Amino acid sequence: MKMATFCCRISTVARHAKALGNTTRLLTTSSHRCAQQLTVRDALNAALDEELTRDETVLLMGEEVAQYDGAYKVSKGLLAKHGEKRIIDTPITEMGFAGIAVGAAMAGLRPICEFMTFNFSMQAIDQVINSAAKTFYMSAGRVPVPIVFRGPNGAAAGVGAQHSQCFGSWYSQVPGLKVISPYSAEDCKGLLKSAIRDPNPVVFLENELMYGISMDMSDEAMSKDFLLPIGKAKIERQGKHITLVAHSKSVGTCLEAANELAGKGIECEVINLRTLRPLDEETIIKSVIKTNHLVTVEGGWPQCGIGSEIVARVMESAAFNYLDAPVLRVTGADVPMPYAKSLEDLALPQVKNILTAVRKSLNIK
Amino acid sequence: MHRSFLRVFRNGELLRFKFRASVAFNKVLPQTYYSTSEADKPNFPGSRSVFVSKLEFIDPDNAEGIPVYRTLNPEGHFIDPSQDPKLDENTILKMYKDMTLLNTMDRVLYDSQRQGRISFYMTNYGEEGTHIGSAAALNPQDLIFGQYREAGVLMWRGFPLHQFMHQCYGNAKDIGKGRQMPVHYGSRALNFVTISSTLATQMPQASGSAYAFKRKQNGLCVVCYFGEGAASEGDAHAAFNFAAVLSCPIIFFCRNNGYAISTPTKDQYRGDGIASRASGYGMLCIRVDGNDVFAVYNATKMARQLCISQSRPVLIEAMTYRIGHHSTSDDSSAYRSVDEVSYWDKTDNPISRFRHYMANQGWWDEEKEKQWKLDSRKMVMKAFAEAESEKRGRPESLFEDVYDEMPDNIKRQMTEMKNHVKLYKEHYPLEHYQPLS
Repeated sequence: MKMATFCCRISTVARHAKALGNTTRLLTTSSHRCAQQLTVRDALNAALDEELTRDETVLLMGEEVAQYDGAYKVSKGLLAKHGEKRIIDTPITEMGFAGIAVGAAMAGLRPICEFMTFNFSMQAIDQVINSAAKTFYMSAGRVPVPIVFRGPNGAAAGVGAQHSQCFGSWYSQVPGLKVISPYSAEDCKGLLKSAIRDPNPVVFLENELMYGISMDMSDEAMSKDFLLPIGKAKIERQGKHITLVAHSKSVGTCLEAANELAGKGIECEVINLRTLRPLDEETIIKSVIKTNHLVTVEGGWPQCGIGSEIVARVMESAAFNYLDAPVLRVTGADVPMPYAKSLEDLALPQVKNILTAVRKSLNIK
Repeated sequence: MHRSFLRVFRNGELLRFKFRASVAFNKVLPQTYYSTSEADKPNFPGSRSVFVSKLEFIDPDNAEGIPVYRTLNPEGHFIDPSQDPKLDENTILKMYKDMTLLNTMDRVLYDSQRQGRISFYMTNYGEEGTHIGSAAALNPQDLIFGQYREAGVLMWRGFPLHQFMHQCYGNAKDIGKGRQMPVHYGSRALNFVTISSTLATQMPQASGSAYAFKRKQNGLCVVCYFGEGAASEGDAHAAFNFAAVLSCPIIFFCRNNGYAISTPTKDQYRGDGIASRASGYGMLCIRVDGNDVFAVYNATKMARQLCISQSRPVLIEAMTYRIGHHSTSDDSSAYRSVDEVSYWDKTDNPISRFRHYMANQGWWDEEKEKQWKLDSRKMVMKAFAEAESEKRGRPESLFEDVYDEMPDNIKRQMTEMKNHVKLYKEHYPLEHYQPLS
């Protein structure tokens, strides 16, 4: 399956970059040490390049990843540097190259399997779930499948129902998989490198709308040894009145909302999940015990979503007794994504939706 | 805003088209430019042929079917003596004993399922020749991806009887820790990848492993077994195409046994079997008599040499017949006649043809047959009894191997289970299990 290469609307990105630039400057505790900025795309590219250089068994395969530098240019320059044995353009069969990647991993390689978008991973889901995720267990620990399935996930812009959905909740239900949903350029670099080195199959959910956004990179993050731990969330902003938990691009929306609320004396604690499986419930529980209020935010659908899982975990934890109000979820609308921009905007969580949820939770007008 | 989006998108497509066209153009230009031939050859990227002016469709029904390679006649004599691989007596005896031992094991385990001792079983009746003939021609280091009916391959490589039994019982000695249904064997030591239940998933994986072998240049190949029914899965197409495009050293070994559960081949495909598909993918192929052990052996040996020396896939279609039911969940009398099954069992059976050959060589007789039947039955029953009385594994092994390191949420589940079982131990049959740690 292949769709036309799609690009995000320039103005949307510019607007977003501006907003993000503001929030990051305000919120990153180590900002004074940040010498450089990198786009999310370049951070991913650097992670791939460094790991390909570090380990001869790492290879990248997918549609258009080599000659064309990737449909979104994430693999730019990698073919020229690492050669066609390591950067492989495949025929258009998702089930095929996912299966090839699983087999290559079984035989000792460390493939990175790029789905042009995660929407197309549905064609290959049997290989991802029935083979990649379960083989280690079914072989009683004899056949490891070290593999990274990566590509853009979630809604892009103006590409309609079949190209705009979040698979975070789908994949995070499966034991045997690790699922990462990074937000920032630092997240992307440190977590993709960790994913490639991880001996388990990892689903790495990028976001197309974030690719072109420049973000601060600390000196450590620029190093080729920079790794972030899988399974640990990051508190992007400290706060004491309410906890906002999000993953991927929604973290940015939460930071915008937190910024706006700060002007009104409400301090939000914003948690960037980074990993969806294993879920870092400890960080969430600690935060809720401190703030007594929780709102989850995600671009995916509400039913059985990441928010639903967080709500369930909080109910089952010590944090339940500390809640002063019901937990609220801000999610994508429970409809297939409409194409028209006016409708699409309404179908995705906006800053105003978060503000409303926070006010409702805190019982203020 | 919308227009700019479309323009970028179109420009992107346009650029890409130009780029591709120029690559193709550069490649063909010199040839075309200097051509003096009157009938120009087509220059379309992705084809190699000539122009014709006659309107004609190609009908595969007009072509002769792909022939079946055979070496032994039903009496066990070589039709063409040059095709005798001249295997020594010991090898021949091992081949025969493995085929018949497999048979005996099948009978015992099939019955044990019928008696409710194990949950499921699949016999190999009628296909022993494809297993042993191919396995004997391979290097033991060649990596096997089986479908589920290739126990003979594993037996040839030395998987002991008691391991087959332990796996079917899922007991404490099963090297698979009781994780999989019966017959889903796997052995890292014997280079046999654990069987996957989902049909044909092993096929693209086998191509992927073959790609890894190609990179390693290890002089080995991958062998992927599958049935003619599995060849209808999309995975099969992906596996063939990728292996051919990536030039991988792999043997695709199709066991065409006539039935996919109940579906006969006429309802499975319209063309000339599976072998006819190979040329579409640019693969070498051969069709063999799967009930002729030497034909399977010779074809596999040659396929191995070709696929490694030329680094490209080879397809073998072994024509055979599934004498047993598909599995213990199936009763094949509902869709095929007893006479049909009996013909293949009595008249064209790989084991009996092979036995004729052995008798002709003076290596086998009635006496030896009788003794071996007794001995093999004893061996099987001994392993069977051993497996049945073996304890089940540690209960907490349920939680191992989900990840290489156990994450906290799984550790918590394990601790809860252990505490619960310890607290209520009188309600659990713990005496049948290895002790909880």
